[in-house]
Amino acid sequence: MKIGGNANSLSSYRWMKVFFWKGWINMIRLEHVTKSFQTKDGEVHAVKDVSLEIKEGQIYGIIGFSGAGKSTLVRCINLLERPDDGKVIFDGKDLLELSAKELRAERQKMGMIFQHFNLLRAKTIYENIAMPLRMMKKDKKEIDKKVMELLELIDLVERKDSYPSQLSGGQKQRVAIARALASDPKVLLCDEATSALDPQTTQSILKLIKKVNKEMKITVVMITHEMLVVKEICDRVAVMENGRVVEKNDIVPIFIEPIEEITKNFINTTNNSNKINELIEEKHPLTQLNPNQQLVRLKYTSNNTKEAIISEISRTYNVDCSIIFGNVEVIKDSPLGTLVTVFTGDDENIRKALEFCKKEGVYVEVMKRGHID
Amino acid sequence: MDILIEFIPNVVKYAHQFPKAILDTLLMLLYSGVISLVIGLIFGVIVVVTRKGGILENKVVFFILDKIINLFRSIPFIILIPMLFFLSRIIFNTTIGISGALVPLVVGTIPFMARQMESAMMEIDEGIVEAAISMGMSPMQIILHVYLRENVPGMIRGITITLIALIGQIAIVGAVGAGGLGDMAIRYGQRYMYDITYTVVILILIIISVIQSIGNKLVDKTTH
Repeated sequence: MKIGGNANSLSSYRWMKVFFWKGWINMIRLEHVTKSFQTKDGEVHAVKDVSLEIKEGQIYGIIGFSGAGKSTLVRCINLLERPDDGKVIFDGKDLLELSAKELRAERQKMGMIFQHFNLLRAKTIYENIAMPLRMMKKDKKEIDKKVMELLELIDLVERKDSYPSQLSGGQKQRVAIARALASDPKVLLCDEATSALDPQTTQSILKLIKKVNKEMKITVVMITHEMLVVKEICDRVAVMENGRVVEKNDIVPIFIEPIEEITKNFINTTNNSNKINELIEEKHPLTQLNPNQQLVRLKYTSNNTKEAIISEISRTYNVDCSIIFGNVEVIKDSPLGTLVTVFTGDDENIRKALEFCKKEGVYVEVMKRGHID
Repeated sequence: MDILIEFIPNVVKYAHQFPKAILDTLLMLLYSGVISLVIGLIFGVIVVVTRKGGILENKVVFFILDKIINLFRSIPFIILIPMLFFLSRIIFNTTIGISGALVPLVVGTIPFMARQMESAMMEIDEGIVEAAISMGMSPMQIILHVYLRENVPGMIRGITITLIALIGQIAIVGAVGAGGLGDMAIRYGQRYMYDITYTVVILILIIISVIQSIGNKLVDKTTH
């Protein structure tokens, strides 16, 4: 579905909005975005040919190590950084073709929060949240109503006359979120929003962002280097390395079957199921197999856990399964189970059993086969 | 009274000249301070927003203004005075008295004030400016609500330093015909009436202390 920036396709875009289910519409589309910086040591290519589609209502994660270009990429979305090349299409408009004034109007539809909050130090909490509205020249009553609403949302009504320096990091980020929401934006851009916070505060901020996404129907773009954050709230994730998006997928599939090495590394930071690989390498007794055994990793989601797969295997294929490692994690509200099992039986039966698992939608990976020494 | 006459005879003798001298000094401070604050602030803002990466980046404007500020900062004040006689004649039709002193005082102070204001504004976290841009604020709104508001304590510190430096320059212009405390100290000092010179020094010290403590109070008040 192409959404162009010119007038003709704009009207067709409005039509599509009428006809299509909300989740089909691209809120943000980046096309071949490239950005490089001139530094003393020469040109640095921060973002190289990145194309992304972020759908309306999605929470889209962009993960990468520091220096991967993810912060530059999110700054390209509201043109804090102007891409050297490519297109940035927001809500059907090509931002790079807008005048300065039109661009400011579009920016008001995109709230942004930062790692270091960036609140106005000289202004109270109330004034900080009121700022975008004052800039839009709303009248006083309207501003007051909106600000009080937002203060309630972030649960800081009684701190409204405090200054940012009097708040904790988590509270500051809440204020930043309220400020970003003041202009009723369609999108919330979060640049490492939880990276300066402790784990508990991170959880509460993520909860708030989730709530904002769900209740106010705001599309969220999350830049982070923590897979835990992605796992907690994202619907879809793009993995960045050296300025490129190397892998992108919906959240559950990427956790089940990561392709790139870097993605696997990120996923390993969130659980210890990959410890088993180390045990295999160490030739741990647990992983010593008889000739008729295979070590198999199974990953399954809630969709296929209703069938009693393991008992089915034992009954139908005469294969014994013993579970040596099990883990269930919750990824964006849906459980993802990982089992490392030893299948015991003859080769043909195990093959059939694995076929059956795959057919049932279980991800299967044979990690080690038993050998006749 | 007798003790005063014994220790500071000339001060007692010329006491009637002090009020006018103090007033002249304070008036010069007020006028040139206010004018150079306004113009210095404007120049400071222009330098901040037009520099590389600024919200209104403009190489030409930045280059020219930056060089002009440096040029005037590097001319010794005592030389600046005769250099600007022509301008004083054009504007005030005189080169002496308070009005005669105003032109060199203002021209000499603006670059200093501009740099002080610039450095106060450069202390503002770039992230705050970024947040303002992302809110869709216009460059004018960012100047008014971020650059001019976010580091008021820093600006007050800069203004305090500038005003104290200005007192020194007011003493210098006094010597070339503007009057004021500096003029008294030098004139009577040259006639060996050192008690007047020392009294003036004490008076200037008091003025400076008052400026400094008002500055400190305002800094405290505006720091959140």
